[in-house]
Amino acid sequence: MPEKIEATDHGPVHYEPEPATLVRREAFTDGDSVFAFELQERDTLGHLPGQFVQLFIPGVGEAPFSVSSSPTDEGPFELCIREVGKVTNAIHDLEVGDTVGIRGPFGEVCDIETFADNDVLFIAGGIGLAPLRSMINYVLAHRDWFDDVTVLYGCKEPAEMLYPAEVRQWEQSDIIDFRMTVDGVPEGQTWDGNVGVITTLIPGLNLDPENTYTVVCGPPVMFQFVQQELDEKEIPHEQIYLSLERRMHCGVGLCGHCQINDLYVCQDGPVFNYEVIKNRPEALS
Amino acid sequence: MKILAKYEFDELVNKWIAEDPREVVGATHDGTKFVFDDIDDAEELRLDYDLTMLSPKKYFFPQRERLVQYDTNENDYAMVQDWSEESRIIVGIHPYDLVAIEQLDDIFIDAQGDEPYRRKRENSVLIGVTMQSVSEHSFAASMGTARTETGYDLLVTELEDTYAIEIGSEKGSGLLEEAPTKEASLEEVEAVEEQKAAVESKFEKGIEFSPKQLPSLLKEGYDAVEVWDEYADGCLSCGTCNVVCPTCYCFNVDVVDYMTDEVGETRRRWDGCLLEEFAAVAGGENFREERVARHRHRLMRKGNYLYERFGDIACVGCGRCTKQCVADVADPSEIYNELWRSVNA
Repeated sequence: MPEKIEATDHGPVHYEPEPATLVRREAFTDGDSVFAFELQERDTLGHLPGQFVQLFIPGVGEAPFSVSSSPTDEGPFELCIREVGKVTNAIHDLEVGDTVGIRGPFGEVCDIETFADNDVLFIAGGIGLAPLRSMINYVLAHRDWFDDVTVLYGCKEPAEMLYPAEVRQWEQSDIIDFRMTVDGVPEGQTWDGNVGVITTLIPGLNLDPENTYTVVCGPPVMFQFVQQELDEKEIPHEQIYLSLERRMHCGVGLCGHCQINDLYVCQDGPVFNYEVIKNRPEALS
Repeated sequence: MKILAKYEFDELVNKWIAEDPREVVGATHDGTKFVFDDIDDAEELRLDYDLTMLSPKKYFFPQRERLVQYDTNENDYAMVQDWSEESRIIVGIHPYDLVAIEQLDDIFIDAQGDEPYRRKRENSVLIGVTMQSVSEHSFAASMGTARTETGYDLLVTELEDTYAIEIGSEKGSGLLEEAPTKEASLEEVEAVEEQKAAVESKFEKGIEFSPKQLPSLLKEGYDAVEVWDEYADGCLSCGTCNVVCPTCYCFNVDVVDYMTDEVGETRRRWDGCLLEEFAAVAGGENFREERVARHRHRLMRKGNYLYERFGDIACVGCGRCTKQCVADVADPSEIYNELWRSVNA
């Protein structure tokens, strides 16, 4: 009789989180904070701008978050997280020094190097700034590779602004054209900038469509209206990228939750070329 | 091809049960239905079954399984992998289920390197059986999966007083080493071929076109809303079609704590794309909120999406979803045929 056969040659194990320490947290709004983590067993996360990690809280659960720091930033990696559910509530309860589990980085991203010698336009709506920030800061760290760099950022109201200190720097910087708007100004808040949805910022841009690469991230409803404006500007669809969000349970193309028609956000995205995604009816509806 | 008298085959199975370190499971009858389950004696095998409740997929990708165990005690934050390494001899797998397992192997092992699946799968032996009975719900012949030349370690075909056994792997031939097999005669080889061919004519259901056309048909029929609506209208979003499918493999991962915050495990469990919350994210967005979108997704995935990605048509025509659907709206052959007529109208 044969001996019990043991499977050998263990492949990579995707499901095991590695410990990471929360080293810093900072609140931006009532519900949005940035959390900086250091891996306990490795020096750096080794991510590309636009990639995401799965963050695991023992006893609670796991959820995917785009990394909001650029690989060019020194020190711990950052996740900007809005309190909207079980896992994100538990993250907001963390104290500096606490340990969490991290899996990843995961995901396919756009190769920002291909934007070199062209103009780059970032369009961020609300919490959509979090994933885009990794790319914005990556571009700024290699500023001389690119021609004009423009960032459009829209929030519901002034109090919802993320990364306010950095936003102020961008506003004053002469190496990027940063423009911001808020949907409205509730009583009690002050604002002397643009008021209106983010799409109102696009017509006023002086773009060179053939030489402009655009990356967009925001709530699903924002995409179609932004796209209409980008079409007005005649930006070729293959030069437009979107960072999309879906539910995920594995991060490795198996659990099925993040599927957009035949594509998997965890493996084919989260950053998609618009030319690839525009004919997938489930992408932007 | 080898030949064993039926009683000799039973003796061989009983020897495995008694001596082999692997667990012996097989197609059997639990009093109300055919199932794959543990067997204590070869007599419990029912190789004449038509369709089992679940496919042997459950042995490699169980309904629930631990992925990772964690212990955060005293700041010692260890993520301990502890997936069980179960190994089995599985007796009596129909060809369509062998085809389904081959597809899952491609996806879980070759493409995505899923360790929990790989360990259980590679420790197991698959003994196929040529179909004797055909479920009224099955359309495997039209999908080209009522017979297969691959995917088994051994394939057993019942002849009059004997079993003809084809060897598909070294693992399979190893199991026969001590059995008093004879070489099959030309007549016996022919009889096996006749049986396999005869089964294909027993199917009442079938798709009315070549399965090779399915990916293009689904691409063209994606917007044939009237067809999708007709079936989705009655759908209860219960996910039973997903659960009984031999090629469905979507899952959730849950965290289960052991009544303390410090120690616990992550577990995956089967999920289904028909369930309402399947594509919902925190924050309120549900990317497949409409029942018809979920219903269509299942059939697109079977016939187009997975084909585009991995090269296999993921519906093997077993008929389990048809049989178990309470609302009687799950039959892929019926939907695909209707889509075919609609697109070609």
